[in-house]
Amino acid sequence: MELFDWSLLSSTIRMVTPILLAALGGALCARVGIFNVGLEGLVLVGAFSAIVGNHFTGNLFLAVLIAALVSIVFSLLFAYMTIKLRANEIVVGVAINFLALGLTTFALRAIFGVKGAFYDKDMAGLPTVEIPIIHDIPVIGGIVSGHSPLVYFAFLAAILLYVFFYRTVTGFRVLAVGLNPVAARSIGLKVTGLQVLAIVMSGALCGIAGAQLSLGQVTMFTEGMTAGRGFIALVAMMMGQSHPLGILASSFLFGLMDALSIRLQGFSLPTQFTAMLPYVLTIAAMFFLKNKSQIGSNNQQSTR
Amino acid sequence: MTDRLEMRAMTKKYGDFTANDKVSFSLAAGEVHAIVGENGAGKTTLMRMLYGMEQPTSGEIVLNGKLVVFRGPEDAIRNGIGMVHQHFMLFGEFSVTENIVIGYEPKQAGFFKRNDANDKVRALSEQYRIPINPQAKVASCSIGEQQRVEILKVLYQGADIIVLDEPTAVLTPLEVRDLLQTIRNLAESGKSVILITHKLQEVMEVADRITVLRGGKVTGTVSRDETNADDLARLMVGRELQELSERIPLEPLPLLQVEKLTVRDKQTLLDQVSFTVHHGEIVGIAGVSGNGQSELLQAISGLRAAQEGTVRLGGKDVTNKSVAIIRDAGLAHIPEDRYLWGTAKLSSVEENALMGYQRKPAYNRRGVVLREKFRQVVKGWVEQFAIKTGSRQLQELAGNLSGGNLQKLIVARELGHETPFLIAAEPTRGVDIGAMEYIHQALIEKRNQGDGILLVSSELSEILALSDRILVMYKGRIAGELSRLEATEEKISVIMAGGSIHGSNQRAI
Repeated sequence: MELFDWSLLSSTIRMVTPILLAALGGALCARVGIFNVGLEGLVLVGAFSAIVGNHFTGNLFLAVLIAALVSIVFSLLFAYMTIKLRANEIVVGVAINFLALGLTTFALRAIFGVKGAFYDKDMAGLPTVEIPIIHDIPVIGGIVSGHSPLVYFAFLAAILLYVFFYRTVTGFRVLAVGLNPVAARSIGLKVTGLQVLAIVMSGALCGIAGAQLSLGQVTMFTEGMTAGRGFIALVAMMMGQSHPLGILASSFLFGLMDALSIRLQGFSLPTQFTAMLPYVLTIAAMFFLKNKSQIGSNNQQSTR
Repeated sequence: MTDRLEMRAMTKKYGDFTANDKVSFSLAAGEVHAIVGENGAGKTTLMRMLYGMEQPTSGEIVLNGKLVVFRGPEDAIRNGIGMVHQHFMLFGEFSVTENIVIGYEPKQAGFFKRNDANDKVRALSEQYRIPINPQAKVASCSIGEQQRVEILKVLYQGADIIVLDEPTAVLTPLEVRDLLQTIRNLAESGKSVILITHKLQEVMEVADRITVLRGGKVTGTVSRDETNADDLARLMVGRELQELSERIPLEPLPLLQVEKLTVRDKQTLLDQVSFTVHHGEIVGIAGVSGNGQSELLQAISGLRAAQEGTVRLGGKDVTNKSVAIIRDAGLAHIPEDRYLWGTAKLSSVEENALMGYQRKPAYNRRGVVLREKFRQVVKGWVEQFAIKTGSRQLQELAGNLSGGNLQKLIVARELGHETPFLIAAEPTRGVDIGAMEYIHQALIEKRNQGDGILLVSSELSEILALSDRILVMYKGRIAGELSRLEATEEKISVIMAGGSIHGSNQRAI
């Protein structure tokens, strides 16, 4: 087995999906002036709900939908606390993360009666999509084709979000709210409404990211299975300057590291060591981010 | 002339306090009507009621012959009333066009038609002769351009009545002239303009009628042709203005010696600047803002490092020393940006007044600040400068004070240090005539006591009234020096603009 080959790219595309989706969700929040640290929790809740949905309905489409809806409910809690109660968004985000971890662990025992992980051999994972024509092209077909529908959705979401921000009126107003909430309010924009809208969309994206984790890559749920991907998404978001296409690029980098770390395990390197790779990159990325994060400058004129 | 707007017997009470007492006001189509008055005279309250931000306690607003009630700014905007706030409501990251059309974007199926928007803005700009570049980013526009964006925004929203709140406070003299021209253009094309200000010179230049407010009441509505600046000042202040004290000639011993001071930050911001301020002298620095004045003050006061040159204060070399050391050597500093350098907005009035005094032995016993003792001093200042601190008095947050009152607090604090040398940057920005008179008098008295003052002001009238000597800065250098006797507004303006004399630099007074 070689370290680099074409199938590494294929697994990169798979690994990139949850990070990309969550990072896009984070970007939506960042663009309305809210730093959503709760991505990790929202993804975890989504991952669990997807399994629950799949187990009880047996319908994969419904399972993904349920994952998105449950994450939206969680994101509404985040919205209520940060916007209505004006709680500190970092504190609320951290609380959401711990709540999600505890709640999914508890529900795992309560619903399935197991500890650590739930696995059902009869449960179907997300199907793979064989794109006609492209599938038959050598090399490219192997990389691009044969992924779960959510993988394609993630890339589509990045493009749609770009169109939303820079081509639609609502997206334009969302950007305005993040840039200067006081001015936005003065011209009669519904600041709170737009902020909630962004947080809800962020919840939906995180829920779908979770569904890809538990139904796309594997077909099981393990406690804390997000393993920091929500935080990596946060870094990807900052590195991509909250720009959908920038995030696409930075998420790809982290996805590659994720895929590499799995690949390296085949080279009899200790897993504990290879698993560090994405996080080492995260720390390295911090050196280049320094003052570039949008969040700080956005909030200067905030009325809080 | 039919009235487009009439406000009848408007009264606004906050508890026991009457901010507006039966104020009546009318505005005809194509008229420029100025509302003048000191801080706290009720100008802002009246406009907030017109704009729907406050509900009147009693009184009525009649618009085009119909009685109207505004629940919020949206109602006012819908009825053709637009407000240009003193602090701009703009998005720096967005283009000029985006800032103008936001909230009322041309769209198709939810998509933002930016090209249409650009065309509309361009047409509007030509129609009202308000030059802007639709595609420029607002953050890269000058303050004057940003203000034009604000004016175009209210025009785009369909305003027939445009309220300008202290529009010239932030502008350079040249920009002021352009703005006044724009106001006249708007009036000629049938728009009505309400101009809120306390600069009487501008009022006399541009307004058709003037309403003067004092203590919440109208003290007079006069047409421009039947009045003059002195009469208006009397109506505003309620008494005769006093002449400044005589200047006592003093022996010119050097106090502050600046030599070849140079500040660079990628480019040279301050270029080999040398000058001296003597005891008993006020040296005024004039110049269009951004020509090195800020850097000069910051380098002298220790807020910014100088790359070359020396600063000596009272014979002691204080070049690139810490602020504390320079202040101990005899500096007090009224900074140009009162929010950035002058105050902590989230601290109380008392704490803001205390800043700089906490280390003085008189108010500090073994590391414990003697607040009670200091409080008496602050109370003295509040009384002396008539600082309106709001309901919580000394415990009120500084950020809740109006700009003028905050400025008075800073001036009181810095004068209170009784240092031999004072930097006064825009010492009367945003303060009313009464307070301006008081501050000017205090500066002259300080000078007559043998102290030296370096005065920077964008108001040429202030520079001319106070300075013994005037230095004009241009592109980081001192481009000219004029004595008190030879200086005129024209001469300074010419040097400010780079020394070239052409028609546009000769300002009418």
